[in-house]
Amino acid sequence: MTDTAIMIVGVGGQGTLLTSRILGYVAVNSGMDVKVSEVHGMSQRGGSVVTYVKMGDKVHSPIIEKNEADILLCFEQLEALRWIDYARKDASVIINTQKIDPMPVITGKAKYPENIIEKIKEDYPNVIAVLALEMARECGSIKAVNVVMIGVMARSIKVDKDIWIKAIENTVKPQFVDMNIKAFLAGYEQK
Amino acid sequence: MKKLLLGNEAIARGVYEAGATVASAYPGTPSTEITENLATYDDIYSEWAPNEKVALEVAIGASIGGARTVCAMKHVGLNVAADPLFTVSYTGVNGGLVIFVADDPGMHSSQNEQDTRMIARGAKVPVLEPSDSSECKNFTKEAFQISEDFDTPVIVRLTTRVSHSQGLVDLGEKESYELKPYVKNIAKYVMMPGMAKKRHPLVEERMIKLSEFAETSPLNRVEWGDKKVGIITSGISYEYAKEAFGGVSYLKLGMVHPLPEKLIRDFAKEVETLYVIEELDPVIENECLKMGIRVIGKSRLPLEGEYSASLLREKLLGQKAEKSNNITAEAPARPPVLCAGCPHRGTFYVLKKLKLNVSGDIGCYTLGAQAPLESVDTTVCMGASVGVAHGMEKARGKEMARKTVAVIGDSTFIHSGITGLIDIVYNKGTSTVIILDNSITGMTGHQDNPTTGFTIKKEPTRQVDLVKLCQAVGIDRVRVCDPYNLEEFERIVKEETAVDEPSVIIAQRPCALLKNVKHYPPLSINRDKCTKCRMCMRLGCPAIVDRGNHIEINSTLCVGCDLCTKVCRFGAIEKAGGAE
Repeated sequence: MTDTAIMIVGVGGQGTLLTSRILGYVAVNSGMDVKVSEVHGMSQRGGSVVTYVKMGDKVHSPIIEKNEADILLCFEQLEALRWIDYARKDASVIINTQKIDPMPVITGKAKYPENIIEKIKEDYPNVIAVLALEMARECGSIKAVNVVMIGVMARSIKVDKDIWIKAIENTVKPQFVDMNIKAFLAGYEQK
Repeated sequence: MKKLLLGNEAIARGVYEAGATVASAYPGTPSTEITENLATYDDIYSEWAPNEKVALEVAIGASIGGARTVCAMKHVGLNVAADPLFTVSYTGVNGGLVIFVADDPGMHSSQNEQDTRMIARGAKVPVLEPSDSSECKNFTKEAFQISEDFDTPVIVRLTTRVSHSQGLVDLGEKESYELKPYVKNIAKYVMMPGMAKKRHPLVEERMIKLSEFAETSPLNRVEWGDKKVGIITSGISYEYAKEAFGGVSYLKLGMVHPLPEKLIRDFAKEVETLYVIEELDPVIENECLKMGIRVIGKSRLPLEGEYSASLLREKLLGQKAEKSNNITAEAPARPPVLCAGCPHRGTFYVLKKLKLNVSGDIGCYTLGAQAPLESVDTTVCMGASVGVAHGMEKARGKEMARKTVAVIGDSTFIHSGITGLIDIVYNKGTSTVIILDNSITGMTGHQDNPTTGFTIKKEPTRQVDLVKLCQAVGIDRVRVCDPYNLEEFERIVKEETAVDEPSVIIAQRPCALLKNVKHYPPLSINRDKCTKCRMCMRLGCPAIVDRGNHIEINSTLCVGCDLCTKVCRFGAIEKAGGAE
């Protein structure tokens, strides 16, 4: 059955598609069965986006359900809150501290919830907060937030660092390889 | 070699390996990547057609011409292509003809969740339904064989989760496929009554032969396990059932039309409790009931939305997933929005300001119905905006036409808006149609179309001239302007809705996500000048945020499009580093 279930949650435009391509490359090279699922289309226009990555001897359903995710990789705080029920109690919950206001907050109809990371920490022992936006900016582009996050997550997965770097080399455009590897390492080396 | 492929990529690979050489399609989520990937194979001629009906007609021509041919579309696209579909069922094929149709249970990106199996049954066309990427490739190759062996078009039905999930696929060699000779055959290909009457019985015979084929084809297989429970299922539902029920017995149907009656009866006899698990309509279930077989299906499972393993556990096994944490904070919804810098924002801002009724259409600009713009009144189907506006005028008179506009994207206008416009001219309507020309097919992820000047393979081609096209059908008043020039755009809309004749306004500005569209440094709000009148908030720009006691601009989202500076009466919105 499924050995590792990774859920990536974020906001349309944050680069979750590239993240799943990199993860997919790593998974294929692990020799396991793998499924990666995400929905393209309207939801990508600034909406809430979710990607599922499952690896194991034989993967059937491509989607991850409540209490099933071993890793919840959150590109944005509010999305972490929205999807936290999908993480197992002992899951690695990795949260980018970045906040992106949804339209109801922008228009003042709703409040962006406070202290999301603290609240999640009360129930989940393995929470890692990442200043991914700042780290990506230091590496040369705020677009590398996704690769910084992959770097942090790579620590929780028993796959050799070189395979991750090879995955990046094989998925991003040649002119952006160096910057993305820098971003990956920044995440990987975060304590 | 194994490769991780999207269901849609695997389909394209299957088409390539089967030696097919012609593909025509219109983009539509979740089917679009099939054709985008086909375009990467040099051996396959591929094209974006103006709409699905044309795409299928091109495919029919290529099949009659002797090539293995494919056509791809989303579920609602098959409605547009239904006319040729129902008759190509009669003519049959020459080279194998396979039609890929992607349904969207859960409506991730669609206006309805119709079930393609129902149309296929009406058209008497066989349907295969893969469960994962590997089957996407294998079933595609099998579909060509069935098409040629039984002289029929074949539909391969996909759903969002199959199309948009990546799974491992064994890559194979390309078959060599010689074009079949083209032989003129009036009795087979000219469907006038005399010929069609002779073809129809052949279609009915074909269905019987296909039913016999379904009994023994490896597309349908029994997996025996615990016989206390038996499950008849297909497509993605099979994967959910395997996860929820584990080692029970399964009849997994890869061919979902026609169904193998004997196989189903034999399976049903062996198991104690029999479930039918299928998303959307109860197609398999109704066939079982017709055979007098008792099954549990839609009495417990929904007719709408996507299924999942947990839904099956809850509805069929009574196991509801418990919430395992004490977090009570609610996450505010995050609906999709028009992007920062979206050209449509200017259009909808003006239309809302003028309090016009807006007959809308299919595309990104449907988001003009979202708060705070809330500008769009109706959205039905591709091209409907034009006809709907005309119908409103005919119901309520010219006064209504003066308060109503139709808005439609460039690609959608070519797809099926032009026919509505001809209707307006021909039947003396006075509606105003606004073509939102953003230089691309936006929502489906930037496909070229007849107005962009490029083919699917990015080769330069003749570009449809929208102005001349509208003039040619009899529109004398065609105006072109930039919707970000708010004053001019507002004036033109006022003028054109006021006149007693039909008019077209082409609102031209490229999609902000196109690579050649320049982005500028983010703007910022000077709090000393800002009076918090909140005019800028009416734009519904995701980069302008109401913090309660002040308004601010999110510098990571802002693309410096400058639209907000035009609605600020106090000059409070400035370029980075202060006022100009």
